[in-house]
Amino acid sequence: MIFDVENETMPREELKQLQLRRLQDLVARVYENVPFYRKKLDERGVKPEHIQQLSDVSLLPFTEKQDLRNHYPFGLFAVSRENIVRIHSSSGTTGKATVVGYTRRDIKNWGQMVARCLAAAGAHGGDFVHNAYGYGLFTGGLGVHYGAEELGATVIPISGGGTRRQAMLLRDFGATVLTCTPSYALHLCEAAKEMGIDIRELPLRIGIFGAEPWTDSMRTEIENKLGITAIDIYGLSEIMGPGVAIECAKVKKGLHIQEDHFLAEIIDPDTGDQMKPGEVGELVFTTLTKEGIPLLRYRTRDLSRLNTAPCRCGRTTARMERVTGRSDDMLIIRGVNVFPSQIETILLETEGLTPHYQLIVTRAGNLDNMEVRVEVDENVFSDQVKNLQRLESKIEKNIKEFLGVTAKCKLVEPKGIERSEGKAKRIIDMRKEQA
Amino acid sequence: MKVDQLSIFLENRAGRLAEVTRILAESGVNIRALSLADTSDFGILRLIVSDFDKAKENLKAGGFTVGRTTVVAVEVPDKPGGLHSILDMLRNAKINVEYMYAFVNQSGAHAIIIFRFDRTDQAIELLQQNKIDIVPGERLYKM
Repeated sequence: MIFDVENETMPREELKQLQLRRLQDLVARVYENVPFYRKKLDERGVKPEHIQQLSDVSLLPFTEKQDLRNHYPFGLFAVSRENIVRIHSSSGTTGKATVVGYTRRDIKNWGQMVARCLAAAGAHGGDFVHNAYGYGLFTGGLGVHYGAEELGATVIPISGGGTRRQAMLLRDFGATVLTCTPSYALHLCEAAKEMGIDIRELPLRIGIFGAEPWTDSMRTEIENKLGITAIDIYGLSEIMGPGVAIECAKVKKGLHIQEDHFLAEIIDPDTGDQMKPGEVGELVFTTLTKEGIPLLRYRTRDLSRLNTAPCRCGRTTARMERVTGRSDDMLIIRGVNVFPSQIETILLETEGLTPHYQLIVTRAGNLDNMEVRVEVDENVFSDQVKNLQRLESKIEKNIKEFLGVTAKCKLVEPKGIERSEGKAKRIIDMRKEQA
Repeated sequence: MKVDQLSIFLENRAGRLAEVTRILAESGVNIRALSLADTSDFGILRLIVSDFDKAKENLKAGGFTVGRTTVVAVEVPDKPGGLHSILDMLRNAKINVEYMYAFVNQSGAHAIIIFRFDRTDQAIELLQQNKIDIVPGERLYKM
């Protein structure tokens, strides 16, 4: 089903006209209201009236995650605080989180976009949505929640955690749609099995999974084990949250971008130049309609490519290929974004530690595990076991507290961390090899 | 009255202990006493050696993290109740033993116990008041 026929099936020429009008309006708005953008545009000698055609987007400056951090918390908001009705935030060490704000209209648009996504995935009014994305500052839980209500579905706002209870309620309530990270879906399936519940025999029909990268083989595994159709959803809090793009259940080849709200580009991550149509590069979004924190050319660091060929589902919007990698060193651990630099900051703030560390990421069963290896030097060494164990648990506690992920800390000898050409290898991600 | 103990951080994997003993052997350093504390991930090797500075220098050069800890060596009569009387005395003074290890002297009449106290100076004072024989470092290194 197509939720918003007018906007999702608009002829591409008409769509481009709509995008241009919205881009012109956006540039005028940020030039007027966001000092950061006014300065950047002035530096480049670009005025809002210079945006005459859609390709003029390349005149605009990029926005990086660091720009949001530099203007923490509300420095990039384009409306006064009284017009912001909701705040969301990504994880991050204190003072380094990225904070986003939504106006009433932003929330309404977001709800409609997520409703479109649910419909594209095959859900409809009357469906029962078991929403196991985390509720709170993370955009996942509330984002899906409002969209499901907009669609006319019944939401079970179960949030994350309490897996055995989730399995029980999944059976007792008879949910027809499951929304969570793909790895959690498999974890939930295992937990259900241990309780004697076979999810394949439940009314569950559709799973909408996102917030972490996954593969087609994982999709097959989920579809077989849960007896459902598994759909990929894409989003990021800086742009909006879940619902920026969605696979259609009919074709399941690429994710339809909500192009009436977002202008997507693919650029060369090194030069910043636009790639030729169909080439793989870094995905960049400009938020055409967002009021709270509109962003020009936000660099997602996600690698993908665009396909504007018509889709058999009837939608005319461009499809982005499933994200295949990142152009930076960000790790996604159980749905939480982790930068090695954040771990480094935590270690440096832990008394006496040198930042000789290594992150080892593995997947045991269906869950990600992160081990932080830290070299022990004379400053922190003790002849007593309890002192070293206290150090380990302190590091684990700080990582949990600041980043929201569980890590195991392991102390190693100096030079115990593999170095290649004198440079320490910071990350060993073994999940791909295991998959 | 104090003894310098060498503490060495070891990862819990095969060959690390042998690497320590290799370095000591090549340095001509003799081990007087040792104990190893271990966890699932790592261990701490504690040594009393014939030449502390040489051992420390060469182990550091070999890439190990080493530390100096002050411990107390006590001569205990090698008979039932010998150790107990000392521990009883420490308990009454509320001095905590962080860890300890023992070895029997070649003469055979006494055991030597190495103590790591939470309050080393008070412990020495207490032992001296009670006429317990403390082995000075210089004597222990040469034993």
